[in-house]
Amino acid sequence: MTAGPDRIEAYVEAAAPLAGLVLDPACRPGIVANFARIAAFAALVTEFDLPDEAEPAPVFAP
Amino acid sequence: MSAAAAAEAALARIAARNPALNCFTAVTAERARAEAAAVDRRRAAGAALGPLAGVPFAVKNLYDVAGLVTLAGSKIEAEKPPAAADAFVVRRLCDAGAVLVGALNMDEYAYGFTTENTHYGPVHNPHDPARVAGGSSGGSGAAVGGGLVPLALGSDTNGSIRVPAALCGTFGLKPTYGRLSRGGVRLFAASLDHVGPLAADVATLAAAYDAMQGRDPADPAQADRPVEPALPGLEAGAAGLRIAVAGGYFAGSGAAAAAVARAAEALGASRTVEWPEPERARAAAFVITAAEGADLHLADLRTRPGDFDPMTRDRFLAGAVIPAAWVVRAQRFRRWYRDRVAALFREVDIVLAPATPGPAPAIGDAEGRAVLGIYTQPLSFIGLPVVVAPLRRAGELPLGVQIVAAPWCEAAALRVARALERDGVANAEPAFAG
Repeated sequence: MTAGPDRIEAYVEAAAPLAGLVLDPACRPGIVANFARIAAFAALVTEFDLPDEAEPAPVFAP
Repeated sequence: MSAAAAAEAALARIAARNPALNCFTAVTAERARAEAAAVDRRRAAGAALGPLAGVPFAVKNLYDVAGLVTLAGSKIEAEKPPAAADAFVVRRLCDAGAVLVGALNMDEYAYGFTTENTHYGPVHNPHDPARVAGGSSGGSGAAVGGGLVPLALGSDTNGSIRVPAALCGTFGLKPTYGRLSRGGVRLFAASLDHVGPLAADVATLAAAYDAMQGRDPADPAQADRPVEPALPGLEAGAAGLRIAVAGGYFAGSGAAAAAVARAAEALGASRTVEWPEPERARAAAFVITAAEGADLHLADLRTRPGDFDPMTRDRFLAGAVIPAAWVVRAQRFRRWYRDRVAALFREVDIVLAPATPGPAPAIGDAEGRAVLGIYTQPLSFIGLPVVVAPLRRAGELPLGVQIVAAPWCEAAALRVARALERDGVANAEPAFAG
């Protein structure tokens, strides 16, 4: 499920300061559009039912 | 031909053709002449020479080259000091006798599929200068596809070697994730980054791949694998390999599908396999890429976002606010998906798929740009080795076929590419003769 455009925009506005970002108003539509695209891709991943045994696969060797 | 003559010829081609293609951001003429002279001295002394002796090559400008600033396609990095040493794989190629002639244009920080770089200008496709060269290793694709050099290095996170190889009509190899060292290479998304060669023929591609193998402690993601050279078995042909065509999501249409069909027919591959969850794999790769790429550049995104290329800036900024759960889930999906694909490779050895949905889009075509990675991204997501073989018919733009193998089986994919080249099905004839 993907959040609506208003919610996407509100999320980006709220999250940017937490990440230490100051968004140039001229860039906001582009950033929101890109985040909406990421959110749509993320929905494809999060809606998929994974077994608990599916551990993450990043490579890290201590 | 002496190495010195080969280097001079390459420098002359760069001088003549680069103004139209814009693929080089630096030409290392002095170094090339010195390296070529050293090769000729070894030859004159009767010393053993490697298969790359005197072969001119150039590297995407995210590779460290001693004395050059590693731009990674950005304006921000241009302020940094020059690299003190060559990247591991650059050093390996020069140790094998190859001669470095320069550094190549790319999408800023490798985030793109078209090399429409605002800071350094777009790279033009050597087969049609109104079209993109692909990306993010677009300079590498144009330099080889335009016949300026027979060998170039690129990097591939989601398709950035395979897309420009296909659109510029060159061979390209994205090895298995963890095979080749990324030491001395400016990363993009560490979970997914690979380095690899593009070349005008399969023997040069395989020779470069062989020369670049070897352990480098500077890359913590490199796997502890023995050197497994591909050149010795390169002429073995495709016989004995179980080759299938990827169906469904990868079926493609039009000229892209026709190119895969031509390759499959030449190889006697009649079986079609269903790839598990490719669309979701692409989605997961997209999320991980955006998050890791943004984190890598977070300090600059906070303090100087205006210095990023407008082509990448908004994507990086959007990636900086991705919820953690999305990224973790994408990494967990990656594990699940890897196991499904491993099961598929118990049934077949090689899978054929289109490299791009069609030929190179026009420079400035945003719609064409957005879909260039749909066939490459699900494969690099789990680090599968892929060779792109260029197929081109007279009067048409090039297209690529992905030859996908199981992890660590680069040699098999290269054998298949060589079989297609030998049969005249794959053709990397440069766009300019001479």
